[in-house]
Amino acid sequence: MMKIEAGRMPAVSQNQRKVQWQRWQRRAAPWMFLTPFVVLFLCFGVFPILFSLFLSFHSWNPADGWAGMKFVGLENFSFALGDEWFWKSLWNTALLALLSGLPQHLVAIPLAYFLHTSFKRSRNLVVGAYFVPYITSTVAVTLMFTALFSTDFGVINAALLWLAKLPLVGGLFPVEAVDWIGKPAFIQPAVAFIVFWRFVGFNTVLYLAALQTIPKELYEAAEMDGAGKWQQFWHITLPLLRPMMFFGATLSVIGGLQLFDEPFVLTGGRGGADQAVLTTAMYMFRSAFEFGEYGAASAISWLLFVIIALLSWLTHKIFGQHDEAAEKGEQHA
Amino acid sequence: MNKRRQIILAALAGAVIAAPAQAEQITLTVAAFPAVDQIVKAAVPAWKKLHPEIDIKVVSREYADHHNAMTLALATGNNHADVMAVELGFLGRFAEGGGLEDLYKAPYQAKNLVAKFEPWTIPQATSNSGELAAIPTDIGPGTLFYRHDIVSKAGVTAPDLTRSWDSFIEAGKRIKAATGVYLVAHARDITEIMIRSNLKDGEGIYFDKDNNVLVETPRFVHAFRLAKAAREAKIDAKINAWSNEWTESFKRGTVATQMMGAWLGGHLANTFAPAAKGLWRVADLPAGAYASWGGTFYAIPKKAKNKAAAWEFIKFMTLQKDNQIAAFKNHDAFPALVEAQSDAFFEQPLAYFGEQKARLIWREASRRTRAIDVNKYDPLAAEIINTELDKVLDQGKDVAQALADAKKLIVKRARR
Repeated sequence: MMKIEAGRMPAVSQNQRKVQWQRWQRRAAPWMFLTPFVVLFLCFGVFPILFSLFLSFHSWNPADGWAGMKFVGLENFSFALGDEWFWKSLWNTALLALLSGLPQHLVAIPLAYFLHTSFKRSRNLVVGAYFVPYITSTVAVTLMFTALFSTDFGVINAALLWLAKLPLVGGLFPVEAVDWIGKPAFIQPAVAFIVFWRFVGFNTVLYLAALQTIPKELYEAAEMDGAGKWQQFWHITLPLLRPMMFFGATLSVIGGLQLFDEPFVLTGGRGGADQAVLTTAMYMFRSAFEFGEYGAASAISWLLFVIIALLSWLTHKIFGQHDEAAEKGEQHA
Repeated sequence: MNKRRQIILAALAGAVIAAPAQAEQITLTVAAFPAVDQIVKAAVPAWKKLHPEIDIKVVSREYADHHNAMTLALATGNNHADVMAVELGFLGRFAEGGGLEDLYKAPYQAKNLVAKFEPWTIPQATSNSGELAAIPTDIGPGTLFYRHDIVSKAGVTAPDLTRSWDSFIEAGKRIKAATGVYLVAHARDITEIMIRSNLKDGEGIYFDKDNNVLVETPRFVHAFRLAKAAREAKIDAKINAWSNEWTESFKRGTVATQMMGAWLGGHLANTFAPAAKGLWRVADLPAGAYASWGGTFYAIPKKAKNKAAAWEFIKFMTLQKDNQIAAFKNHDAFPALVEAQSDAFFEQPLAYFGEQKARLIWREASRRTRAIDVNKYDPLAAEIINTELDKVLDQGKDVAQALADAKKLIVKRARR
């Protein structure tokens, strides 16, 4: 026995070692495959976030080097909260988010319903056409709109001036070229329109996807009960779209509050006359890279983060409560 | 056999001798933005003849990227170039930051060299504590560019445009009435040049030496009033500089004048309006104003590896007359080196400007330009002033009130 055992021992341990090695491999392999991502994520995701948090408690102009960094506690936050430009940028951001976000959904839902009910085979082609603005470079799109909005050479003003010459309706249109980019009252709708144009197709695709998940039986049952098209839309389509509305609205809130590219390119980085389209994200960028206040810029970015988190939560509350109420209602029934 | 051995020996000896020389071969990195990078590259062959042991590597980035990269390099102490090109707009921040070598100190001893440059460029490169952070290479003496054909059609002469600021506005009204062409691209242009002119030597645009805010001085009041007058007379096209509409206005001849640095001449002739050859002219700025638009400097970061070679290279680029003239000839970089300005090249008439000797006008403008002290809060103050000016022009805000608000805001922000 002893002999046999002694003879087998090495074989067993070798086997064990092999098993252990295999087990370790199996456990380690996922991490090995993940490593490139994890390293990149730590360097370019986690580190900048933590560093900006660290910076927000310091006063720092990078031209001064590390030695120029001073701890200032909450001074950056109190400065930002008392800064009229910060509030002005927040107001601009909120206004632009509303001006561009609300129409996106008000147009996308009926549009998706229309595409869903009226197109059969050519639907994908039409949807694709609506989706193109979303995947086009923002900078290219905005440069194109800059040309369209041009006061003296732009197509939009040319069209308006032509319309003004028409009989009867001509009086509704301006007789002088509109200074789209120079006047605060015009540049805000102009920027909102570009954002609307870019995202309406994306939202349409979202709603179209949601529409396709609604069972046909519901509509058939409603029809049996004598419900018209309008009643079907109002009582079946809209309530069942609510989860997607929540998703879409959340994306619009987050995207709207981070608005940067369109106003930045359209106004050459300044934010337009009287800073009319200086969004909070742009103000943050300028604070750091133009005014050299990296600490204040970090504080602004964290304040913006808090605001976005709060508004996302609020969106959830508004859309989520209905669902809970509906569930409760069903339970009672 | 013997011969072969000799050859081998000679080759070995050569290798032994060449080895140390190869080890000494160094590469000098020069970080620059367009067109300074082109100017540096063009000068490399001449440099290699003088210093075959020093290679030049040009790191070129777009204007904004370059300055962000330089800011980051100074901040982190990493990835330094040996020679750093700095545009005037960023020089104040970099000079005060303390990341650049003081070129007055040993081994540079630039005290004896500074007299060779346009005198007003040196204070721009000097920090508040008296350190020389950079050496000037090109400058942008400001003049008034105007369309001779349009102005003549309205019966306006060059002296009408330049006699005083009021006569400039009056001339604009006549041009608009006779030809429908705007006088200036934007009313802001008038303010920008007026707040930069007639400064006391060493005074900044927005701040004096003791960081007092100057925006309520008569200089600003007058500048705001005149911009407002131009807007009310509808003689400004409301076009921002460097926008597509701006370049388009040169092509179509819809704006009669542009106040700008000498380098605009090159842009006009080569890209903006080549077809308008012979139609443009150059004159002094209105009301005896003299100012400079931008300028390029070379600096050595404290963390640079090859400081001695960097200094040699900077001297080569800025003190060699030939290099300065070449940069002017090929890239419209007006020389900061006074000696280079006496070259016969300056006397040549320019076909684009109707055979006018425009370079002499730019040279004279440069001679009369005074130093403007830069402050690290200048970009912030400029933004505040521009925003208040928008309110005056678009919303009819009272000038005195606008400037008072601007001062309050600048004081608040600059105290931090």
